[in-house]
Order: sequence, then structure tokens, then C-alpha cells
Amino acid sequence: MAEVTQLIHHYLRHNKRFPHVLCPGCGHGIVLGSLVRCVHQLGLSKDEVVLVAGIGCSGRIAVYVDFNTVHTTHGRALTFATGIKMANPKLKVIAVMGDGDALSIGGNHFLHAARRNIGVTALILNNNIYGMTGGQSSSTTAENCYSTTSPYGQQEQSFDIVNLAKAAGAPYVARSTVLHVKLLDRILTTALERPGFNLVEVLTPCHTQFGRKNKFKTNVDMYQWYKKNATPIEALDKLSEAERAKRTPIGIFVEENRPSLEERHAAIKARLTDGAPS
Amino acid sequence: MPTKVKKNQRKEERAIFALGNEAVVEGALLAGCSFFAGYPITPSTEIAEIMAERLPGIPEGVFIQMEDEIASLGAVIGASLAGRKSMTATSGPGFSLMQEHIGYASMTETPLVIVNVMRGGPSTGMPTSPAQGDVQQARWGTHGDHPIIVLSASDVQECLDMTVRAFNLSEKYRSPVILLLDEITAHTREKIHIPDRETYEIFSRIKPTMPPEWFVPYEESMRGVPPMPALGDGYRFHVTGLTHDVNGYPTSRPDEVEKLMQRLFRKIDQFFYDIQIVEETACEDAEVAVIAYGCVARSAHLAVLQAREKGIKAGLLKLKTLFPFPRPAVDRIIRQCRTVIVPELNMGQMSREVKRVNDGHSRIRTLNRIDGQIITPAEILKLLQKA
Ligand SMILES: Cc1ncc(C[n+]2csc(CCOP(=O)(O)OP(=O)(O)O)c2C)c(N)n1
Ligand code: SF4
Repeated sequence: MAEVTQLIHHYLRHNKRFPHVLCPGCGHGIVLGSLVRCVHQLGLSKDEVVLVAGIGCSGRIAVYVDFNTVHTTHGRALTFATGIKMANPKLKVIAVMGDGDALSIGGNHFLHAARRNIGVTALILNNNIYGMTGGQSSSTTAENCYSTTSPYGQQEQSFDIVNLAKAAGAPYVARSTVLHVKLLDRILTTALERPGFNLVEVLTPCHTQFGRKNKFKTNVDMYQWYKKNATPIEALDKLSEAERAKRTPIGIFVEENRPSLEERHAAIKARLTDGAPS
Repeated sequence: MPTKVKKNQRKEERAIFALGNEAVVEGALLAGCSFFAGYPITPSTEIAEIMAERLPGIPEGVFIQMEDEIASLGAVIGASLAGRKSMTATSGPGFSLMQEHIGYASMTETPLVIVNVMRGGPSTGMPTSPAQGDVQQARWGTHGDHPIIVLSASDVQECLDMTVRAFNLSEKYRSPVILLLDEITAHTREKIHIPDRETYEIFSRIKPTMPPEWFVPYEESMRGVPPMPALGDGYRFHVTGLTHDVNGYPTSRPDEVEKLMQRLFRKIDQFFYDIQIVEETACEDAEVAVIAYGCVARSAHLAVLQAREKGIKAGLLKLKTLFPFPRPAVDRIIRQCRTVIVPELNMGQMSREVKRVNDGHSRIRTLNRIDGQIITPAEILKLLQKA
């Protein structure tokens, strides 16, 4: 316990006026905990970590941690992160985004960051809803789910973030839920260690905006549903096709190596300057 | 700022035949720009193209073509926060897309330069025709109250000089600076001098010197401009577009909000005379005057010389700073002259400012063209003769 408290004191900003803005039972705090643990485990210094966040409940978590933190505009966290990483490739740049943030308003930037293979860990906190603005549907709200802007059930098909990232060329694509904390810690640590664009999607419950509208009586019901529904990809094969269709696979989907954009830039610079150190 | 080039420095000075857009790149590199992110759009495209060629060859230089203008300015802000002198270039439609991030840069006091080569509008308008239709957008395009610095240039040498100035002012005051050009100025080819870097006074943002634990990121000071560390320098702090307290954390406490907003305005007001740049031609004894900027100022210059030949006591006040509006200089001309002519390639975006400060001192005549054609010296001369 003492160890945990020490971690909290080391990484959280004591002078930020707590309590934080997240609702009781929100999954976002679990992701923040995982992030702090992974950074700690990797022995990264707080000075070399830059946490870039978009706008939404997920975007607010940047203010609480004692890294270099940049709370940007809605949907554009990856564009800021691109500038930061290209300007100083030594920094460990993490972009924290909501699903609406990263894939609705920021969808185009997401595809291009993956395509470019810019050295950023993209952490998407997917609660299938717009939390901060009061529960409107996002591009990951599943068909027929209810939201404040889909009172008759969502009419549009939703995005699968993992598939999008794969298609856009991200060299590392992984997904966990906030209930699978060991998996979350593992994929996030790997993502932080790797060069290039690394996507970690975290399924995180928002009972306040999503759960209540979609017949989850309590927070705990929602967590239980996540636990039941999310299935490690390795275990999927053992299920019947009908059963498989109902599950959300979690685990590592892509793990490849290709040079990051900043590495390629450095190579050109070396060529232009005859390898002389600049 | 450009100081006089001494004889023995002439050797280092390069003379080139350059486009306005090319001169912008030269100015940016002289000023120490090492990061460019942009998206192609006529008539600004050459700036991106030349940057793409030049930046990778200089130490630390980074060029990146982004997916749109929103992304471009986002990347520029990120790079500036990471310590680089950064810029982007665009034209009207792209400039419109950048507005939210211009507000973000103002609020977070992030130095950067945006070149907007204006084309005919609204909408996609006339990509290859000159216009000056984005003057008020540059001032008020983003939401909320905020100060901003907007500069312009009217010939190719000035494109270089004003780009250096844009960087200097942005670094000095931690503010986005917008350089408004028009298609004529950007696409004119003229002989220019590229002085040696040493002949320019180059300003770079002031970094904190105190130990990190003493650092208060948005502290009040006499200058009103807080020192700015780069991300990764060891001064960890929070950057947000939300209204923030001196520590950078979101706040809506009226006393803290008021302090921040007042400081943002004050840091520009206080140094107004450093930011206001105007140029006068034959104004000492002028009885009628032209107030102009951009390519129109060149026509006005010739018209004023021709008017003088005809015995008309004409003068020209050329605005190089458009905002903050150079009111003292304009005031003087308005009080001195019986008539002031404001020609521009829009429906009256600058004459609106002149009229606002006029207060009945002078007769203000406007001359507006919005057909994608330039305003000729003859057109201005005709008005001077009648004035
Ligand atoms: C340009 C712009 N459009 C809209 C908004 C309003 N807005 C703030 S947060 C948000 C949605 C956040 O949802 P999500 O990204 O899914 O994050 P969550 O709050 O669920 O964590 C929206 C639409 C904004 N701030 N800026
Ligand atoms: S609204 Fe939802 S996402 Fe936002 S803090 Fe509350 S539970 Fe979390």
C-alpha cells in the first residue's frame, strides 16, 4: 500500500485542485492508473513524457499527472502530438483521446497518424458515447443503442477502431478493457516501448451517459457485461460462430516493425549532410 | 530588425531574383524557423514547396505535409511548444480552417507564424487573383476576445523583412502572428538582398532560468510575457486552451479569469510602439493622403509621386502592421489632411478602422475593387486630383 501511495505522490499533481472531474465508477481513472504504472515500470523520467490530450472526459485526465501535459482542441490531439514528436523525437509522446474525439471529429487525423507511422502512442478511451457533452452518440455507438441524439436507437453502423487502425497501417494495434488490467498494463507497456505509431484501445464504461440509457441498472452491471463480452483473441477459436459474433476480441492484433516517420526524416537529413552530425 | 548593411558585409550578402513566396522562406530561415507544417493551396503553395526542399538540409529542420490546415496548425503549435520556431502558410479557405487553433495559440501564448496569401473570396473564390478580403478575419476570425498581431508586406524585399519581424514579434510576445500577403505580392519576382544573418536582430523566446520547482508558468510580471520552457526542458507544466490560473490549471474563478485575460491584452498594448510599423512617403506637408497596405500600397506610392509632380500635396501612409491597428500614425494623418483615401481590394475592411478613429477630422474616401483586378496608380491619382 505504501508503494502505491508513493506512486500517487510521485506522479499526481498535488497542487491541482482535487477532487477530479470524473464520475464515480468511470473507467477513465483505471486507464490513468495503468498509464502511471507503465511509465513507472519502464523507468521513464517524468520530464521525457509528454501527455497530449483531446477534449472530453478522457481529455481531462492530462491535468492530474505530473508529466509535460498539453490539453488540446477537440479531435486534434494527434496533430499536436505529431508536431511535438517531429520537433523533438527524444520525447515519449502519448496521445489520450475519447472515441468521439479520436474517431468522429478526429477520424482523419487518426488515419493519417497511423499511415505516417509517427512515433506516438495513441490511447483511445472508448466508452461508445460522448461523455462530457451529455451522452450523444459517437461513431462507435453500436447500432440500436440509445443516446441523447439517437432516442430511437442508433441508425448508423459503428466503427471498429482496431480494424480502422489496421487498415490505416498502424504497426501495433491492441485492445483491452479496464477490467482486464493485466492485459492493459502489458499492451500499454509494449506500446510505450515501441517506436512508431502504436494504438491501444481501451473499452471503458460510462455508466452516467451510456449505461443508464441502455438498461444497465448499475455500474457493476456494466462492468460485468464488459467482463463477459470481451474475449481474448486466443480464446475466440474455441467458440461457436454464433457465440463469436457476440464477443468483442481483446489482445494484440498487429505487431510489426517498420521505420517511424521521425527515423525516416533523420535518415534523409543524414544523407543530405553527408552523415555529419547536425 | 534590419540594420544598415555595412560595406564590408556586402560580400556575405546575397542578391537573388525571388518570388514573394520565396522571400518569405528566406526570411523565415533567417529568423531561425526550423519547423514547417502545411497543406497546399494556391497562391501560397511555393512556400511549402521551397520549405520541403530547404528544411531537411538544415540542422534540426523539419518539413511535414499534413492532411489539412487544422492539422497543420496543430502540428505547428505542438512543435512550438517543443521549442521550435514554427510556421505554416495558407490561403483563405485554409485560413478559415485554422481559426480554432489561432484561438488556442493566443490562449496558450504559443509563438508561431501564419502566412495567409489572400485570394479572391468568399469560398474557393478566385485562387489566382489578388484580394485583401481576409483582413477582418485575421483580426476576429477565431471565437472570443483576444489580441492578435497582423502584419502585411507590399513588395518582395518586404516579404523577407516582414517574415523576420513576424517571427521576432511572435517570440517576443508569445503570440501567434499573421502575415497577410496578396497574390500579387506573393507571385511578383524581384531582385532582393538577403543580408547576412548577423545584420538582423533575431529574437528568441525567453526561457525560464529559475529552478523548475520555482517556476510558475503564467506568472504576472512587468513585461506580462511569461518565460517559456520547451516540453522536455524539465519545467513540467500544463498547457490548456481552457481559461487557466497562473499554474496553468483550468479555472473559472472570476478573479483568476480576469487577471489572465487582462494580461493577454496588456502584453500587446504595453508594447504597442514596438509592434506598430508604418512607412510614410511625402507626409510632412501632405494635405491629402492615401492609407494603403499590400500590393495596393505600391500603386498608391506611384500615384502620390505623380500627384506631387502635378503640384498636389499628397502623401502615403503605408501600414505594415494592420493589427493592433496603428492608430497614432493614422490619427496624425487624419488630423493633418483634409481628405484621406483608403483604397483596398475588398469592400472596406481597413477603411472601417480608419473611419472608426476618424472622429470627424477628415473626409475619408474609399476605393474598393472586388473583381480580382488590381487597383492602378491612375485610379488613385484620379481621386487625389479630386480630393
Ligand atoms: C470543435 C468542437 N466541437 C465540439 C465540442 C464539444 N465537445 C466537447 S467534449 C465532446 C465529446 C467528447 O466525447 P469523447 O471524445 O467520446 O470523450 P468522453 O467525454 O466520452 O471521454 C464534444 C462534442 C468541442 N469542444 N469542440
Ligand atoms: S460522463 Fe462518463 S466518461 Fe465522463 S466522467 Fe462520467 S462516467 Fe466517465
